[in-house]
Amino acid sequence: MADALLELRDVHATAGDAAILRGVDLVVRPGEVHAVMGPNGSGKSTLANVLAGRPSVRITRGEMLFDGRDLAALSPEERAREGIFLAFQYPVEIPGVANMYFLKAALNAIRKHRGQPELDAMEFLQLARRKMKLVQMDEKLMQRSVNEGFSGGEKKRNEVLQMAILEPRLAVLDETDSGLDSDALRVVAGGVNALRGPERAMIVITHYQRLLDYVEPDFVHVLAGGRIARSGGKELALELEEKGYGWLDAAAKR
Amino acid sequence: MSVHEEVRKSAHDEARERFLALHAGFAATRGSEPAWLAALRARSLDAFREQGLPHTRMEEWRNTNVAPLAKVPFALAAPGGAVARPDLEHHAFPVFACSVFVFVNGRFAPALSAARRLECGTTVESIAALLRDEPDALAARLGAQVDVKLHPFAALANAFALDGACVRVPPGAGTEQPIHLVFVSAPAADGASALVHPRVVVEAAPGSRLTLIQDHVCVGTSPGFTNAVTEIQVGAGAQVDFVLIQREPDYRFHVSNLAVVQERDSRLSAHTLCFGGALVRNDAGVLLVGEGAECRLDGLFVAGGKQLVDNHTIVDHAVPHCTSQETYKGIVGGQARGVFRGRIVVRPDAQKTNARQSNPNLLLGAGAEVDTKPQLEILADDVKCSHGSSVGQLDPDAFFYLRSRGLGEDVARDLLTRAFAQEILRGLPSPALADALDDVLQQKLHLAHAGGLS
Repeated sequence: MADALLELRDVHATAGDAAILRGVDLVVRPGEVHAVMGPNGSGKSTLANVLAGRPSVRITRGEMLFDGRDLAALSPEERAREGIFLAFQYPVEIPGVANMYFLKAALNAIRKHRGQPELDAMEFLQLARRKMKLVQMDEKLMQRSVNEGFSGGEKKRNEVLQMAILEPRLAVLDETDSGLDSDALRVVAGGVNALRGPERAMIVITHYQRLLDYVEPDFVHVLAGGRIARSGGKELALELEEKGYGWLDAAAKR
Repeated sequence: MSVHEEVRKSAHDEARERFLALHAGFAATRGSEPAWLAALRARSLDAFREQGLPHTRMEEWRNTNVAPLAKVPFALAAPGGAVARPDLEHHAFPVFACSVFVFVNGRFAPALSAARRLECGTTVESIAALLRDEPDALAARLGAQVDVKLHPFAALANAFALDGACVRVPPGAGTEQPIHLVFVSAPAADGASALVHPRVVVEAAPGSRLTLIQDHVCVGTSPGFTNAVTEIQVGAGAQVDFVLIQREPDYRFHVSNLAVVQERDSRLSAHTLCFGGALVRNDAGVLLVGEGAECRLDGLFVAGGKQLVDNHTIVDHAVPHCTSQETYKGIVGGQARGVFRGRIVVRPDAQKTNARQSNPNLLLGAGAEVDTKPQLEILADDVKCSHGSSVGQLDPDAFFYLRSRGLGEDVARDLLTRAFAQEILRGLPSPALADALDDVLQQKLHLAHAGGLS
């Protein structure tokens, strides 16, 4: 079995003043797709953010190893350059920063870190055009400010586009399915599937089974009360769909 | 009165004496002058003698202490500073084609001016030449729009008026093609701190069209004080787009006074973009005297290190049915201070006035400070007026978003800072000029990482 790409050991984390994660253990190997499900408030987004290094989320106990390195010691940009990508639940609107400019700067920062030559404007445009087809994104959106005035679906497509361009080793998708109609969901899932590969791992965080109909996970974990309450194969997602999350409360009380 | 204040007052008194002595020397070199000009000088000098340099007990100068300026013994800039064309090249805006007129230490430098064809009869003349050749041409114009009793530095500028640009567009004439006035500060032979008084007079006749850029730059190491006055008259139905750029080094003193009068149905956009200077005070005033006039008064100021940048504006609605829109944005980091005070006056008869003002500020460091004060004086009852100001920091969510994509802290901060400025830059009359000034901003931010803005 391949070495772990990501390993969480007893991770405790606070968001603001609240203790949200209370001992998460998780091992993700290259090529694997892990779904993390759970009710609202179970710590799903905190898990996503602690991996990406959001400053307001702090790890208080345990450790996170990425490729054997201590993740907590890396800044958000260092994590991105090492190959961690977070698709945001709520992509941020940034008026005054052109999408194209931003993405080119991001890609070149990462390429520079990898020791690859930076792409010039023309090379980048060609790459971006190819990737935009993948998520069926309108080219006009590249000239606009980052996410400004984008519809919910356009924002999520933009996240997947960024992922396709930056080619991370570990992609964390934080409720990428939320707020999408079924057409948009199919397009976004198609983009995600196209990026699956033996070298790339994914953590797909979702509240619903719906996305997993399109993006089939290798493992499903149920997060409850800041811990992984249960892990299993893709059939666990179907079970959750059927039974809901109510049984977790009972399990937690026991 | 405290001992401290006494000391400061006496420093101000000494400064006043020095300026007056300097003026006596200046006056001795002037030959015979037209009577109106002699009268303007005398009136202005009296006003300065009476007021001296402004001090912080004056309401209009409460936040800006000119003590650092009062300490410096300035000399008048000698003619013919050693500036060659290559010196100006790195200040040129590469993709921005226009007619260029260069002034070195306030004096017209024809050899450096590459005037392209001026279309439709627009003229740009040296004020000194005009005073010599048509002594009365500027009689009702020079110094007509600034009240020297309210503006001691403008009083000095009148007293020392020497040269500058007179831009005139005949009725119905003109073009969008910009005219670029470049005021260069060059080192004095003896290394003295030079006092220069750049001067611009603009007359846009009825129905005319003008795009004018007034640009202050510096070559070499030139300590000194730029004290500029610009008077613009926008005739009925005329349209003027005016851009004032100040990109002098951070050790210079810079005071500017922009005074605009707008006639019926005229349109004005005025942008003040301020990057340099140790101690900077910009006054911008627009007087709307003709119904249906519209003005847009925008500004961007960027201050780092120990810079102090003060912008005072006044939009005076003297008649009904005029519209004014004002946005000033401040970016302040390091130990710098920004000051904004924007007055909107709506006089009793000025019904149906529509006036808006906003002043958002971005603080980039814990040591930076901004004082902002909008001031509405509304004496009519059927008007629409609004104002707002804010002082904030970079959006932490946006900052994290950029970093999560691999951009370093400095790069992310610069990108968001430039984004904050885009609203002003994109409102400039030319996209090429906006790009060029975005570069100026970027350079300023880069320099700042050596300890200035952040």
